[in-house]
Amino acid sequence: QKVRAEVLEHLEHLALVDFRDSEGVERLQRAIQFADQLHEVNTDGVEPMDSVLEDRCLYLREDDVTEGNCTKELLKNAREKVEEYFVAPPGIVLLIK
Amino acid sequence: RLRFQVSAALREGRVTPTELCQRCLSLIKSTKFLNAYITVAEEAALKQADESEKRYRRGQPLSVLDGIPVAVKDNFNTAGIETTCASNMLKGYISPYNATVVQKLLDWGAVLLGKTNLDEFAMGSGSTDGVFGPVRNPWSYSRQYKEKSVPKFHSEDTEANWVITGGSSGGSAAAVSSFTCFAALGSDTGGSTRNPAAHCGVVGLKPTYGLISRHGLIPLVNSMDVPGILTRCVDDAAVVLGSLAGHDPKDSTTIQDNFKPFELPNLTDVSKLSIGIPKEYHAPGLSSEILSLWSKAADLFKNAGAKVIEVSLPHTCYSIVCYHVLCTAEVASNMARFDGLEYGHRSDMNKSTESMYAATRREGFNDVVRGRILSGNYFLLKQNYENYFVKAQKVRRLIANDFVKVFRSGVDLLLTPTTLSDAVPYMEFIKEDNRTRSTQDDILTQAANMAGLPAINVPTALSERGLPVGLQFIGRAFQEKQLLTVAKWFEKQVKFPVIQLEEVKRHDHGVFQHQKSASFS
Repeated sequence: QKVRAEVLEHLEHLALVDFRDSEGVERLQRAIQFADQLHEVNTDGVEPMDSVLEDRCLYLREDDVTEGNCTKELLKNAREKVEEYFVAPPGIVLLIK
Repeated sequence: RLRFQVSAALREGRVTPTELCQRCLSLIKSTKFLNAYITVAEEAALKQADESEKRYRRGQPLSVLDGIPVAVKDNFNTAGIETTCASNMLKGYISPYNATVVQKLLDWGAVLLGKTNLDEFAMGSGSTDGVFGPVRNPWSYSRQYKEKSVPKFHSEDTEANWVITGGSSGGSAAAVSSFTCFAALGSDTGGSTRNPAAHCGVVGLKPTYGLISRHGLIPLVNSMDVPGILTRCVDDAAVVLGSLAGHDPKDSTTIQDNFKPFELPNLTDVSKLSIGIPKEYHAPGLSSEILSLWSKAADLFKNAGAKVIEVSLPHTCYSIVCYHVLCTAEVASNMARFDGLEYGHRSDMNKSTESMYAATRREGFNDVVRGRILSGNYFLLKQNYENYFVKAQKVRRLIANDFVKVFRSGVDLLLTPTTLSDAVPYMEFIKEDNRTRSTQDDILTQAANMAGLPAINVPTALSERGLPVGLQFIGRAFQEKQLLTVAKWFEKQVKFPVIQLEEVKRHDHGVFQHQKSASFS
């Protein structure tokens, strides 16, 4: 089954990445077809695995500030900034095709 | 050229860190046509070498690594040095910090020569899909390869016949293979360290997930990524591992167990070892040459007294499909941070935030990356989440359990091929698209990432075409010492030949010019 046009558009919106051309769409089609092989596997009663370290306790540290004060450093890599703000174009307007 | 020898030479003053550094920098220049390095940090490296020299004069080297030139894959953050991930998205991005593994190398006194080339954002198995062009396998220029080429061709033919390094850590593998550094860092998510190691005839170690910090490694798949180690011998890999492993508070996925660096014993008796040969790794497309080598290796262990048994990892054939879904899903999430606002490329489009983001990402990412983001988002859609993403997570558990069962049955290590064949010529490689290639090439390496297990490529022999072929050992979680000990024994038995690089200085200019146009075509 081919992916419906609304789904394609929805994906482009979610990903903020475009398919660009029919090749991009075909690539997705092939990816789905490939992934469908997963359904050959019987996974009844099998729990999904999030992490290979699931049997261990995650390291948690104290909620203390130990570093920071590097605003200047971090802003260096941004193209548009004003004082200590990253500047973006107006946000409310949705993606214009 | 073993590091131990070099370290001894440095300690005894027979060579100075500065001389060593200069030699490597000069070699990098004369092997520029390999395109292994994206950035060479010459000034910084010489400064580090100078400081190392002062320490040696005082008799106070920081470690065995002090003064040793190393290279780092360009998806690790390096303070003050450009980190590009071979993508337009990060061209010009100067990291404000060092990845933990980079910091550790520097703290131990290593000299960072530069950042190595890769597939864009580490997506690929050829090191051919980055914006700085493909990496060339140094073995393309070896006497061993040229001698086997039919018909005997001239230097101009090398242009058409050079072979790939494999990927995605191809630059790091090529750098180590061509002697421009003594060790290099790569990353391994589906085989990206072991695959190029096999094709370039070097040792490639994928450590257990959770052993080495990922802080500062630009993430691809958070649940599978690990920093990888590339060296010319197993002992060197153990030394680098020893300097990098251990809990990092900045990476909560590193285990908290105390890690003790180790020296590898010289194993003489393998009779207590049980080596498993997973039958599913006799995968479709495996060259008869490699099959034969694998069999010979099994016999080697058998004849030395080890127990060698066939085992089964029944879900092996699904690991690539499973990886495909989990990888694209995590990629979709990880690539969301690239929006042009805080760092990296930013489009001039400024009609709205979203259109700026979209244009930035269109301009910054190549087709492979964009394709994976879109696929990943598809699998994560509400209507698909259970059927694809969660399903893949379940299959992942089955794959991981296969290994648990085999190791529980008394097997110490698994012996498998690393790649399906020796390195293919670039011209042939690019005929198939990236995903097809990755699918084919990752089949022998990917499952170890699924299960989080340590694995190592050991260069084994030359193929009929005169190119390196490696074999892989997969070990139990966090049992790197056993894995490396056996790998070292094996390395000693097979006596893999040293690459005989032809004198290429005279080709420099012509090749470089030609390569430039080939890179941007």
